[in-house]
Amino acid sequence: MAAGNQGAPDALRASAADGATIIAINGMHKWFGEFHVLKDINLEVRRGERIVICGPSGSGKSTLIRCINRLEEHQQGSIVVDGTELTSDLKNIEIIRSEVGMVFQHFNLFPHLTVLENCTLAPIWVRKTPKAEAEEAAMRYLERVQIPEQAEKYPGQLSGGQQQRVAIARSLCMNPRIMLFDEPTSALDPEMIKEVLDVMVELAESGMTMLVVTHEMGFATAVANRVIFMDAGEIIEQNEPHEFFNHPRHERTKLFLSQILSH
Amino acid sequence: MAESAPPSRYAPGTHPDLPPPVRTTGPIAWAHQNLFSSPLNIFLTLAGLWLLYSIIPPLVEWAFIKSVWSAASRAECWDRMEVAEEAACWAFINRRFEFFVYGFYPEAERWRVNLCFVMMILAIFPVLYDRMPGRRHWFWYVAAFPFLAGWLLVGGFGLAPVGTDDFGGFMLTLVIGVTGISFSLPIGIALALGRTSDLPVLRMLCVLFIEFIRGVPLIALLFVASTMLNYFLPPGTTFDLLMRVLIMVTLFSSAYIAEVVRGGLQGIPKGQVEAADSLGLSYWKAQRLIILPQALKISIPGIVNTFIGLYKDTTLVLIIGLLDPLGIGRSSLADSAWAGLAREMYLFIAVFFFLCCFGMSRYSLYLERKLDTGYGR
Repeated sequence: MAAGNQGAPDALRASAADGATIIAINGMHKWFGEFHVLKDINLEVRRGERIVICGPSGSGKSTLIRCINRLEEHQQGSIVVDGTELTSDLKNIEIIRSEVGMVFQHFNLFPHLTVLENCTLAPIWVRKTPKAEAEEAAMRYLERVQIPEQAEKYPGQLSGGQQQRVAIARSLCMNPRIMLFDEPTSALDPEMIKEVLDVMVELAESGMTMLVVTHEMGFATAVANRVIFMDAGEIIEQNEPHEFFNHPRHERTKLFLSQILSH
Repeated sequence: MAESAPPSRYAPGTHPDLPPPVRTTGPIAWAHQNLFSSPLNIFLTLAGLWLLYSIIPPLVEWAFIKSVWSAASRAECWDRMEVAEEAACWAFINRRFEFFVYGFYPEAERWRVNLCFVMMILAIFPVLYDRMPGRRHWFWYVAAFPFLAGWLLVGGFGLAPVGTDDFGGFMLTLVIGVTGISFSLPIGIALALGRTSDLPVLRMLCVLFIEFIRGVPLIALLFVASTMLNYFLPPGTTFDLLMRVLIMVTLFSSAYIAEVVRGGLQGIPKGQVEAADSLGLSYWKAQRLIILPQALKISIPGIVNTFIGLYKDTTLVLIIGLLDPLGIGRSSLADSAWAGLAREMYLFIAVFFFLCCFGMSRYSLYLERKLDTGYGR
């Protein structure tokens, strides 16, 4: 539930609360073999909401968002994304994947294609957009992430921060309704984290529904409607960022926050 | 900064780029580093030079300076030399050249082989060279080439039929080599995808096929093709021997290609599949656009290695009675007018194979360099 929105300070934040439900996860469980990674996950995300998921490593945060576009398969419960339920039906999976963008920790750009080709590949082959149109749109998104001049280069020639911005542009080219970020800044040098976060903040301001797994608490405070804390496969606590950071209720949350904020 | 002697100290942030010390760049430095860097290296360099000196001049003299290029027989060849047998008698190769190239292909129809060769060059070029203008328009021609070539060589439908037992020489090598290479690559890729697929039955079938073929020598397969197959086929069916050889050679090398490509597939990080999946690409589109282009790039050295092996293995058909260049050479030596010129014959065939294989190897290096996009994994 988007209960954390009541204290949202600005109009932007308030607007999100009006959105209809876009992701509904009910009683979802997942196992890796014998290991019970996700336990009874219940989560409802509204259109335009920006959610930051944090927690110690191994707590299942990445697995949770990877279930939303079925990079991981869940074994129990239901996940409904934009009205389509995720089952083993391949057609459904492809529909959902083309509506849900994902940004990875290690960028996962296609090294054999130029930046522009990385961005136009899916629109051309999945959406059947004409090439010229796809390129025009790609250039718009590359401008939005502020690297239009790198369009003809190969990913291997760019810095980590630039690669991650290309990865964001690549996802945006599919006009997704939801963007998932799996620790987008964890593999970056400190001086490059900001350029990626700036792009993400700009994206958040445009009203995109975002689920972000990150330890960037500054980002969470600045743009999130809701912060979710996970530990050992469970959602322990969720709240709007101000309350979450200043008045954590659960002991494990307090411990986690004291560890990451103590520096 | 002034042109004169630079100051020994600079304020922080003002240090200019200085030229490197003299001994670290240029040809002298190169020779020093690569040829004379240690006593062992000096010894190896000198030994190498001595070896070249003692091999190359006599070889050039034997093969070019004192050699005889036209004569009617071995005896005449040796008569023309100052000392009999002191040099190469290329007259032998010269006289038998057409036999080496066409085998027993009827003389009146040899234009078909020539035309085929020209068409092959035209078909290979757009495949190998991607910056060729209008490359797309050549696609149908390239796809039709194997069938056109088969029709031209075998005949029928308006052309005088030529039996495949008349095929021989370099033409036979090219027919087996090119067919084997061009069909084993797609079959090998399909087998590799099958072996890495999630479908257990498909995977098992591919594994069985690959392991069976790899576990049996090519010669055994060729014998099976030439003799045993008759027992399995219904009596009275005639199944062209060359056709059976082509199928066996293709299957044999496709099993190897499959393993090479599988190695390439395993070298692609899982994140690539995930990124393709997350963009909504289907399995086949992801394989075709993302995974295979990268996997094949990694596999180029192994693939070309397999092709070179296949190309040289075509000489094994000698054993089941097809007249490849070695077979032609041996039957030519049986002619009393030319007997005893084995050196010339083997060297000639060696040069032919070397040129083909060296060409493939160079092309693969060019391809690797061209496809390198500087992604350091």
